[in-house]
This record gives sequence, structure tokens and C-alpha cells, in this order.
Amino acid sequence: MHDTLIPLLGERLGAHRVLTAREDILPYGFDGTATLRGRPRAVVFPRDAADVSFVLGLARAGGVPVVTRGSGTGLSGGSVPHEGALVLCLAKMDRILEVDTANLALRAEAGAITQKIHEAADAAGLFYPPDPGSMKISTIGGNVAENSGGLRGLKYGVTRDYVMGMEVVLADGSICWLGSKCVKDVAGYNLRDLFIGSEGTLGVVTQVLLKLLPKPAARRTILATFGAMDEAAGAVSAIIAAKIIPCTLEFLDRTTIRCVEDFARAGLPREAAAVLLIEADGHPAAVADEAAQIEALCRAQGATSVKCAADAAESAQLASARRSAFSALARVRPTTILEDVTVPRSELAGMVRAVEAVARKHGLTIATFGHFGDGNLHPTILTDERDAAEMHRVELALAEIVEETLRRGGTITGEHGVGLAKKPFLRRQLGDASFELLRVVKRALDPDGLLNPGKIFD
Amino acid sequence: MKSLREMDYSVLQQCMHCGMCLPSCPTYEETKLERHGPRGRIALLRAVADGELEVTKALGEEMYYCLGCLACTTACPAGVDYAALFETARAEVEDARVLATPTRSAVRWFALRLVFTRPRLLRALGRGLRWWQASGWAERARRAGLMNLLPENLRRLEPQAPVMRARFSHELIAPVERPERVQRRVAVLTGCVQDLAYSEVNRATVDVLKANGCEVLTPPVQPCCGSLHAHNGDVRTARELARRQLDLIDPGAVDAIISNAGGCGSHLRHYDRLLADDPVYAARAAEWSRKVRDVAEYLVEIGFRLPRGGAGASGEGGNLAVTYHESCHLCHGQGVSRQPRELLRAIPGVELRECAEATTCCGSAGIYSLTQPETADRLRERKLWHLRATGAAVVATGNPGCQLQIENGYRAAGEQGPEVVHPVVLLARAYREESGEVRSV
Repeated sequence: MHDTLIPLLGERLGAHRVLTAREDILPYGFDGTATLRGRPRAVVFPRDAADVSFVLGLARAGGVPVVTRGSGTGLSGGSVPHEGALVLCLAKMDRILEVDTANLALRAEAGAITQKIHEAADAAGLFYPPDPGSMKISTIGGNVAENSGGLRGLKYGVTRDYVMGMEVVLADGSICWLGSKCVKDVAGYNLRDLFIGSEGTLGVVTQVLLKLLPKPAARRTILATFGAMDEAAGAVSAIIAAKIIPCTLEFLDRTTIRCVEDFARAGLPREAAAVLLIEADGHPAAVADEAAQIEALCRAQGATSVKCAADAAESAQLASARRSAFSALARVRPTTILEDVTVPRSELAGMVRAVEAVARKHGLTIATFGHFGDGNLHPTILTDERDAAEMHRVELALAEIVEETLRRGGTITGEHGVGLAKKPFLRRQLGDASFELLRVVKRALDPDGLLNPGKIFD
Repeated sequence: MKSLREMDYSVLQQCMHCGMCLPSCPTYEETKLERHGPRGRIALLRAVADGELEVTKALGEEMYYCLGCLACTTACPAGVDYAALFETARAEVEDARVLATPTRSAVRWFALRLVFTRPRLLRALGRGLRWWQASGWAERARRAGLMNLLPENLRRLEPQAPVMRARFSHELIAPVERPERVQRRVAVLTGCVQDLAYSEVNRATVDVLKANGCEVLTPPVQPCCGSLHAHNGDVRTARELARRQLDLIDPGAVDAIISNAGGCGSHLRHYDRLLADDPVYAARAAEWSRKVRDVAEYLVEIGFRLPRGGAGASGEGGNLAVTYHESCHLCHGQGVSRQPRELLRAIPGVELRECAEATTCCGSAGIYSLTQPETADRLRERKLWHLRATGAAVVATGNPGCQLQIENGYRAAGEQGPEVVHPVVLLARAYREESGEVRSV
């Protein structure tokens, strides 16, 4: 079967949609996650769900594992191919099929770029809120598969909150449509939720129907500078306690500020211990009121300066600078290992201090940034994968950070997924019964275990 | 030059494969294949450095499919030095001879080793081409169908060749020109294509510098800066040309070394790196690199005098709609993006209209329009589409390759098209207008 797999794929898809040469497939051996690599057998580019169904049928007949992938920007190794796997790359299925302004919905192929979805919604006076850091190249299918978050999670939630329906191809090749354009729909199990965040292990999402919102009439971006981390954390608690839910409430520590500024030149204060980047949106009067309150609260918590972005362009520049944080941190050391631990918001300040203590204990550089409003931290270990001794300390530090997170009632991953990177810690968090339930679901939908095997759990 | 396996591994490691470069890459945009994007190319180069992949023909083709436009460098938050990787990789492809054919080797020898190392020979060829174009023989030959006798490549090339100017730079510019009051001293590099095909840009460069208190040194015979060679895998010749350039112009004797061609300037700034291991020239190269400036960058840096005259070309004294196309090696390679716009905005009557995708490659990319004509044509079409949408009467751009590519694009489309011009030419016109001396060069 292995010998005929490639010719059969080529016959159906056309040879140019089936890559096997080393130079062609080597760049599909990784995603956005540090240090993880695999070597696929081939990379195929389906045109539609029927092609995907055909590929899955052949793969099943030949017992070949299939790893679905979009732009490969994942941060937990979810699309790093299994050795010898078939990579099913949906990047060329990138059309936006429908913007339905009557029903505030948008339908797109899985390979559509998140940014393009934002732009299509925006052009219709509408708003697709989820904005993961990699949105300018990430695919919507990947966002759904990882249930990606972003900067606006605090007020608007994550990808899951915007998926009304989807087309999904199951391991047996059947093509299902789950969900509808109805605001209310309780017909049968809510199966689309099963596939959101399933990391390509249960089926292949080929189309997505998204919910849109009216575009907020006004936005204001505030940059608050602090001389100490605790003060920034205190300001976040004060804002939430005042019953204000800003659209974004982002935090950057000193190392992150400097790296981002080196790249983006957005005017971040290089000497600050911490900054909060806060955006309020909504009705102009409400925004003005919230912004004034936020400013006062930040000052009361010891902010050394609080500045409002002058215009939309400056706001956009600050947000895009923030989105570059993870990549910009790669300026410091060769290897950048990004964590995604999330704790209940009341535990934030304690968690940040715990991360600092871990860094000191193991002699590591850890920069921290993240979505403070969500309790979602991105401690980033700046290291060198070629230094075995240091990498050992990195392993120890990661385990301790996870330990501390779970002790505080947190989760090992807020928005990046489990993939390969968080796999060792999943059973600890879920407990035996919940963990086994994952396996039951997996066996029911993918009895041969060919869809992205070895991800989330073994 | 060090090979991929010998070079500083941290340059390769700097790429953390986040993918932020992909949407900026014209060839990834075209194919949506990782191999044709910066991240994929770097992965291939790292595989070579790791000994997992040898330099294959496919790798060679990939490195020549890359435009070298460096848009990825601007997009990269991690600060990957793609220019260094690109040059190293192309040099390694040439060393491995994986693309070598008798014709390709002959053309490379003729262009890189013969013509573009001998400025007098280049000018002689330029004169020959000028005669061919101006005498009417080109037109006659075309009408008689004689061009069909040429091999296909040459037939395609001939109409794309830039129109040679009647007078080259040394016939327009004295070796030393002084303003009434000398405040600064600079050297102007006249380039190769600029010297032959756009010598008026060099004249205008000297004019605007003089108008801003600069004594201008312009050696009449200048070697090629070596950009063509470094970008095309011939680093040895690039080094030799850099040494000759340093012999000709002592960076210690001037305040700045002025380039007006984006592609050249991007390379000129890296003489320090190119000659870092050269015991004789390293120090001089470092000083050179510190002093190289694009003309627009330098004018803004010294606080250029705002012109009182208009841009001339408007004729009726109305507003002149100008759009600015950014040369890749000026904006991505040198980070000069704001300054040319400042020059244009300073000209009374100029209305600067921004063009969509102004920082995306026009397909010229050194000699890419010759080596990869199909991709280059598609990029040119896309560029023209955006330029037309601005409705501007003038397209300003800071690199002769872009200027030629855009002019050829309008010609191929059978359109009169807007005037395509270097920003300093407009500024020079404005300075001239204020003294009442209206002269067109």
C-alpha cells in the first residue's frame, strides 16, 4: 500500500499537490514550537472536503498517520508531523465563502488566514474578535483546532465562542456538517464543541461558520507604566474589582518590553519594570468613562505614567507590537521556550513571583508577558537548545512552573493546546477519570488512531 | 566567505520559525509552499549546516527563486539576518556548481567577471547600445523581423534594456563641485545602471547636495560597488570591488558617502562585514560603512533646505499627485522609508498619495526580471495595478532597477503611464524653479 499511496494521491490531486522531495517536505517538519521536529513522508494539498475524504480513505487503507496543518504557527507542537506521516496541509483552501450581514455570520474554508477574516468582517462593518498573536498568518482551521485565544479574550472570549458551525471530515472519510446559523440550536449533542480544540486528533475541519459582532464604535488604548511588577498586578485586580471589563489587559515585563521595542519601535518605556497595555472599546461615552476610571486606578496603584494612544494608528501599532512579543524575545538567546500557564486571576501576582523564583533557582532567564486580564501568562525561557546542561535545568523549571500552576488551581495551557509540549502534564491536571474519558472519545472517532497520533496523550 | 557549515550558527538559530515572515514574502504569497517562504528556506539552509542536506540543484533553484527583497527582514520580530544567509547560500550554490551549465557559466563570467568589473568597458558597451537605440537600427531590425534570429532570451531582453542616455555621469558632473558656502564634504557614487541609463539622477543628486552646502566629490570613473556580485554568489569579486572602491574614495576624507540606488546602498553598508577579515582594509571598510547614506536619508539628517519652487512637471502650477514606490533594498535593506517621503512632501504643490503594497517588490530585484521572468512579470503587474489605483501623475522611486521595471511595465501594457522618477530629481527641479532657471535634464 505504501508503494501505491503516493501515485494514487498524485492521480487524484495532481502531482503538484503531492510533495515528496526532501527540499519540499523538510520545511513541513516543524511548527512555531521550539526544538520539536519530525520528518513526514509526504505533504498533500487538498482542494476541498471531498479531497480530504479521499486522502483519509487512502491513509486508513495503508495505515498511514495523517497530521493536519494550516500555516504551522502552533506553539505546542500540535502540527509537528509524526515520523513518516502524511501532512495534510489546508493552506491552499483559503477562500472566504460568505459574509452574511443579515445573520452576522461568515463562512470560510479552513485555510483562510485569520487576518483576512478580520478584514472581510471589518469591510462589512462587523467584527471578528479573536486575535491570536500569529493572526496575520495563522489559519482559521488552526485556530479552531487549537481553540486559540488572543488579546481580546477578557471581554470577548476565545475562538470557541465564535464557532457556529463547521464542516468536518471524519477518520472514516464521512463528511459532516455540525451546527447552523441559528443563534439557538440544541438539536442533538453539541458536537462542534468536541472538535474545537481537538488539535486534529478527531477529524479534519474543512470549513468554519463564524459568528460576527457589530464593530465597536469607539476604542481607546492606554499604556500604563509601572516601577514594580506587583503594582501592575495590583492595577489589574483593581480594574476587575471596579467591575470594568476592558477589551484587552496585557502585561509585559522589562525583558519583553526591551525586545519588543527593539523590533517595533512603538515607544514603549525601556526602563519600566512592567507595562500594562489596556484597550477599552464600545460606545464612545462608555469608552471615555472606562478609560478615565482605568487611568485613575492605574495611578492609584502607583503607575509612573499613563498614556492614551493618540489615534487608531498608534493603537494598532501598540497592539501589533504586543503581538510580536514572543518572536521578539528570540533576540536574546537562540532558543525561546514559551509557556502558556493560566491561573485564576486572584492568583496572578503570586504566580508571577513564583515564576521569578523558579528562574533564580535554576539560573535561567525567564521573560514574562501575557494576558493579565485572563490570568493567562506566557513565561518564556530564553535558552540555547545546544547547551545540554542548561536544557536540563529548563526541564526542571518547566515542571516546577506547572506544579505551581496546578497548586493554584490553574491550567497547563490557556490557549496554545497540549500538543507534544504539554503532554507529560495533562494527566496530572485532569485526574485519571477525565483523562481516560479523552481516550474513550478518541477511540470512538478514530478507532485506528491515525489522526495526529501521539498528540495531547499517547 | 564562510560556508553555511562554518558560519556563526546563531544566525541560523535566530529563526524561531514563528511564521511571521510568511505574509510578507512574495514567493510564498505566489505558491503557498513553505519551501518558497523565508522560514522554509532558512530550514533548508540549517539542514545544510547540520549536515542533513547537501547543496542540491533544488536548493540552488530555491535560492534563485527567492527575490532577495528582504521584506522578511522587516517583518521578522526575532531579528534574523536573512541578507547574510541569502548571500552565503547563493555563494555556496555557486561553489557547489549545482546550477552550472556552459551557457550560464559563460553569461556569469561575461557579466560578473568581465563587464561589471571594468567601468570603461561597461561605458563602451553603453555607447554601443545607445547607438543601436538612437540610430533607428533597433527599430528597423525589429520591423524587418531580424530580432527573430536572436536566441529567445536575447529577444526578450532587448526591448527591456534601459534607454542609454546621450551623456553619462562623468559628462554631467565635475570631479569636484563646490557650493558658495561649504559646510560639508561628501562623495557621490554614480553606480552602473544609474550612470548609463539614469545619469540625470546622479546630476540631480549632486545638485541637491550642493544646494545644501555640500562640497561634492564624484570620481569620474567608478568601479561597480559589487552589489550585483554579492547578491549573486560571487563574493570573491564583490570583495575585490569593495577594495577598489575603498582605494578610490577615502572615507576618512568625507563626512558621508552618498548612494542614490537602493540596491547598491544596501550592499555598500555591509563593506564592514564583507571585509571584516581583511587585515589591510577592515578598518577602512568599517569607517566606510558608518558613513554610507542614501541621499534622501542624508538630506533629512542634515536638515535639508525646503524648496520654494514647485515640482515643475505640473505645468499649470496646480498640484502634482505623486506616489512613492519603495525600493526593497532601500526600505527593507536599509530601513530608509520615511525620508524619501519627507523630501517629496517638502516640495510645494506635491500631493503625496500612498500606494497599497508600496513596500512589496516590483519584480526587478537585481537581475530577477531576467532570471525569473514569469514571477517578475506577475509582481510587476500587481505593482502597476496598485500604482494606477493612486491616479498619480508621477511615480517616485529610489532605485534604478525599480524605475526601469516600472517604466517597462507601462510600455509592455501599451500605456503612456506616469513619469517615473527618483525623488531627488523632483527636489532638484524644485530648487531650480526657485532660481527661475527651468532646465530639463
